[in-house]
Amino acid sequence: MPESVPWHQTAVAVLKRHDVRLVTYVPDNVLRPLIEAVHADPFFTAFATTREEEALGIVAGAWMGGTRGILLMQTSGFATLPNVIASLAVPFQIPVLMMVSERGTLGEFNLGQALVAKTMRPVLDSLALEHHTLTRADEVEFVLDRSIRQAVATQAPVCFILSPLLTGGKVFAA
Amino acid sequence: MSFASNHPARREDAKVMNRAELTRRLVARLHHDEAVIGGIGFANFDLWGAGQRPQNFYMLGSMGLAVPIALGVAIAQPARRVVALEGDGSILMQLGALATVAGRRAANLIVVIWDNGAYQITGGQPTAAAEVADIAAIARGAGIAKSAWAADEGDFEEMIARALTEDGPWLIACRIDQARPDSTTERDPARIRDRFMRGIGARH
Ligand SMILES: Cc1ncc(C[n+]2csc(CCOP(=O)(O)OP(=O)(O)O)c2C)c(N)n1
Repeated sequence: MPESVPWHQTAVAVLKRHDVRLVTYVPDNVLRPLIEAVHADPFFTAFATTREEEALGIVAGAWMGGTRGILLMQTSGFATLPNVIASLAVPFQIPVLMMVSERGTLGEFNLGQALVAKTMRPVLDSLALEHHTLTRADEVEFVLDRSIRQAVATQAPVCFILSPLLTGGKVFAA
Repeated sequence: MSFASNHPARREDAKVMNRAELTRRLVARLHHDEAVIGGIGFANFDLWGAGQRPQNFYMLGSMGLAVPIALGVAIAQPARRVVALEGDGSILMQLGALATVAGRRAANLIVVIWDNGAYQITGGQPTAAAEVADIAAIARGAGIAKSAWAADEGDFEEMIARALTEDGPWLIACRIDQARPDSTTERDPARIRDRFMRGIGARH
């Protein structure tokens, strides 16, 4: 089997193709290769914010100003967002792109993370938000490319969930 | 001499002014299609009341996000001045945003705080600003050096004039009375967003 391209390299390529230049994030260990890649590439404006709500507000403002953006976070960060998704991104029809590193499943060692993770898909479903769980490197290109197109065309947010099946996740260092 | 040293050192030393009047004075000074983000609470009501410019964005929720939204617009359009109008209760909810603004060195961003010491729209419950918290000082501590209290209406206008021409980021804090706005923002989010995008040339 040929070596597959790592998910973060594919993500960088698709973001560039769709002119997604702004990346705001609250860090996560699994997202590190993507965060490092966007910092290293002058195409992107990338920076950390103090909260995920803030990261969403910045991406929303940038979209209205004509620049596409994405916010990166872990599951616990997504759990802080329902209010601003429901009162800003959705009603104002702003295609906020979100990428969540999935903690809390497939070998989680922290009970708090495991419980927070259970709230994520019910929240996304209750807001009727488009979301996709990425488990295989060979699907990353298709899912990101098509979903970014759809988000922009339908003026609706989309959330990409990076499963540990894709990223390896975070394992307990015993 | 630092920017702040020409202005009232403490919140108590600033004149208590009227939000609707200051909003009108601000809007009257905007001649270059500057973008204005009106925060939740009465900030956006008085912005609406000052005349419906297409470059105005009115928040209908997302308490605390006026500054982040304004920062996003400012990043997307570095040649345009962007103003965030935010209440004291709202900014106290998202103080980290001030550190982010400072860190980004957002030269074209102006934050105006309407500090009435209260969550006025929800019944006037006092905020921490009423007794202890000094938002202009907090912003300086967060790294926004050009942050100060407006002494009075004339001082406010001078600060705005400077902020519209010299590099920021700026934070202009104003003590505000308890008068209520006399108009209500139209609540049609898709329309607000579309008009705003056209108003700042992001859509034709
Ligand atoms: C997350 C969240 N918490 C609480 C509220 C309710 N709420 C709406 S406006 C407001 C007060 C805003 O206070 P301030 O920013 O000082 O503005 P003012 O009402 O004084 O104009 C509150 C608590 C809300 N909309 N969202």
